[in-house]
Amino acid sequence: MMSESLVMDAPLTAADGVPLAVKLKRQARLKQLKALGLIAPLALFLLLTFLLPIGLLLKRSVDNPEVVSVLPQTSRLLADWDQRGLPSEAVFNALAADLTRAREEKTVPELAKRLNMEISGFRSLIQRTARKMPLELAPGASVRDRFIEIDERWGDPDHWHAIARNAKSWTPYYVYSALDLRETKSGTPELAPEEERAFLKIFGRTLWMSLWVTIWCIALGYPIAYWLATLPKRQSNLLMILVLLPFWTSVLVRVAAWIVLLQSEGLINRALMGLGVIDSPLPLAFNRMGVYIAMVHILLPFIILPTYSVMKSIPATYMRAAISLGDHPFAAFWKIYFPQTVAGVAAGALLVFIMCIGYYITPALLGGPEEQMVSYFVAFYTNVTINWGMAAALGSLLLVATMTLYAVYSKLVGANRLSLG
Amino acid sequence: MLPNYASPIEHIWYWTFRLLCVLILIFLVSPLLVIAPLSFSADSFLLYPIHHFSLRWYETFFGNGEWLNALKNSFIVAPAATVLATALGTLAAVGLTSAHFPGKGVLMSILISPMVVPVVIVGVGAYLFMAPMGLTGNYLGLIMVHAALGVPFVVITVSATLRGFNVNLMKASASLGAPPLMTFRRVVLPLIAPGVISGALFAFATSFDEVVVTLFLAGPEQVTLPRQMFAGIKENISPAIAAAATVLILFSIVLLLTLEWLRGRSERIRTAKV
Repeated sequence: MMSESLVMDAPLTAADGVPLAVKLKRQARLKQLKALGLIAPLALFLLLTFLLPIGLLLKRSVDNPEVVSVLPQTSRLLADWDQRGLPSEAVFNALAADLTRAREEKTVPELAKRLNMEISGFRSLIQRTARKMPLELAPGASVRDRFIEIDERWGDPDHWHAIARNAKSWTPYYVYSALDLRETKSGTPELAPEEERAFLKIFGRTLWMSLWVTIWCIALGYPIAYWLATLPKRQSNLLMILVLLPFWTSVLVRVAAWIVLLQSEGLINRALMGLGVIDSPLPLAFNRMGVYIAMVHILLPFIILPTYSVMKSIPATYMRAAISLGDHPFAAFWKIYFPQTVAGVAAGALLVFIMCIGYYITPALLGGPEEQMVSYFVAFYTNVTINWGMAAALGSLLLVATMTLYAVYSKLVGANRLSLG
Repeated sequence: MLPNYASPIEHIWYWTFRLLCVLILIFLVSPLLVIAPLSFSADSFLLYPIHHFSLRWYETFFGNGEWLNALKNSFIVAPAATVLATALGTLAAVGLTSAHFPGKGVLMSILISPMVVPVVIVGVGAYLFMAPMGLTGNYLGLIMVHAALGVPFVVITVSATLRGFNVNLMKASASLGAPPLMTFRRVVLPLIAPGVISGALFAFATSFDEVVVTLFLAGPEQVTLPRQMFAGIKENISPAIAAAATVLILFSIVLLLTLEWLRGRSERIRTAKV
């Protein structure tokens, strides 16, 4: 009682008279600041090399610079257009001026390419019209009529709707396309006709293949982890090297090795034919089978290692107790051992799945066209067709999928509890 | 081992299980065992059986400008990226474990995210971001992005080591008059060294094996060993690839042995009586 009233009357102070509570709080703040100061360099570095680039990729997926920058006057006027019938004479005038300038600045092709995505044939329409610029016009003649005379498609409101739709600096077009959607005239998305759909199938394939690779990794990884966890230390350490060596070997080395093993002239086919099991080589490489085999091989250690470390922490006495109490060994395993490993296996499996959906190299080298996953198309649109919008939109969707799963993973496992082997 | 009272079914199961495990282990190592001998083949195709042995593909590997240049580039980019990732990652890990502050979990998740974001996205993003700055087609951009990919491993391993670290040692050092920097250098660093080195090895391996970001960022001057192998596998798969692969396998054995030695060392330190 005494001490309590003492505290109430005069708070404890440090030597310099500042209350101790204040001083402690200040000390804690200082410690936090120091900690943040140590993290700051890395945070800044990742911002520059990783976060900003990804942010730029996300932005690129909705970027729509072509129409606005090549047709600035037309864009401005079309913003006020009531979308009914054809635009006014002033808009046609603006288009003529914009196209004239675009021709001088050689920016016609990018505009033509962009508008061709909206309506096929737009490319030729733009190029053909731009070649007629600057317009030679009889005094008093209508610019609109002259345009329609050059190409009658200028009299078609749909083409004007396409320009008006893109007369703003962002567009959902690429993201919609990446989901096989398209924008209707009212602006709401609808599913593209069956024969134009492509990407939903690729997303589905990516998830489906990742699922199978994950299932196979669990099926092959669980027994190995169990065996290694129950063996005496000396033996398990030795066998563990067989798991770790491939883990540390370059992915490209392993892909090359699987080609040696799996190709039609490869070791496995030779052996099977030599044994008389088959008459003609099995198609093992450059198809789904080859991709599955190589991906399971690459990702297997990622499930063996965490499962092994979970199993190591389960005392062997639990199983023995269950068996001595009359359980059949299989029942004891199923009821006592297995439930304790589920969390570890699930975490490993989720990590494997997350890694799978971003795979590029293995399908690219060991698969055919039917095995390529989303990553391949991101690279394809970047390198081959140079369609940044499509590459960015597909990449963004892949990123969203990955990050959602990663958030689940962090929630389940805790990113700070992630360990390597 | 099976107890004496095990039933015949248990015996059968026990041996089937072992056989299954041995088969899976064979599955894991067979690719490495298969590709190495082919590098000594005298033939021009990556095919068994080997008719004559020779070292001609090693001569190609070490005598050919392309492969040698790729090897050189890998040994420029990977060590530089490793140093960068290790320095930044270690500092951040020390910061992350030294104090509690709001949003720490989220921050940790962000620092580790380069490990899970698909590399194609990192590659395309880096290309978009760095091309206007002139950082594509040169070493600096490539080294920086490779370092970013290696950072999570350093953060994870160093944080794990620091969690087992006795903070009283730092207090003891401070009370004996050592300034913070000296405490870090002479007390903390030697104790967390195994974690730092194994993180560095992971970062090195990440960069040394990285091909996707390299595809986007590297110019013809910066072709690394994996990039050269990628082109080789895609275009004409010759035993020169087997030679490169064998060199890489030997290299990964060295990495693995170093790591296992470190693990053993840090375990001894941790379990040693103080």
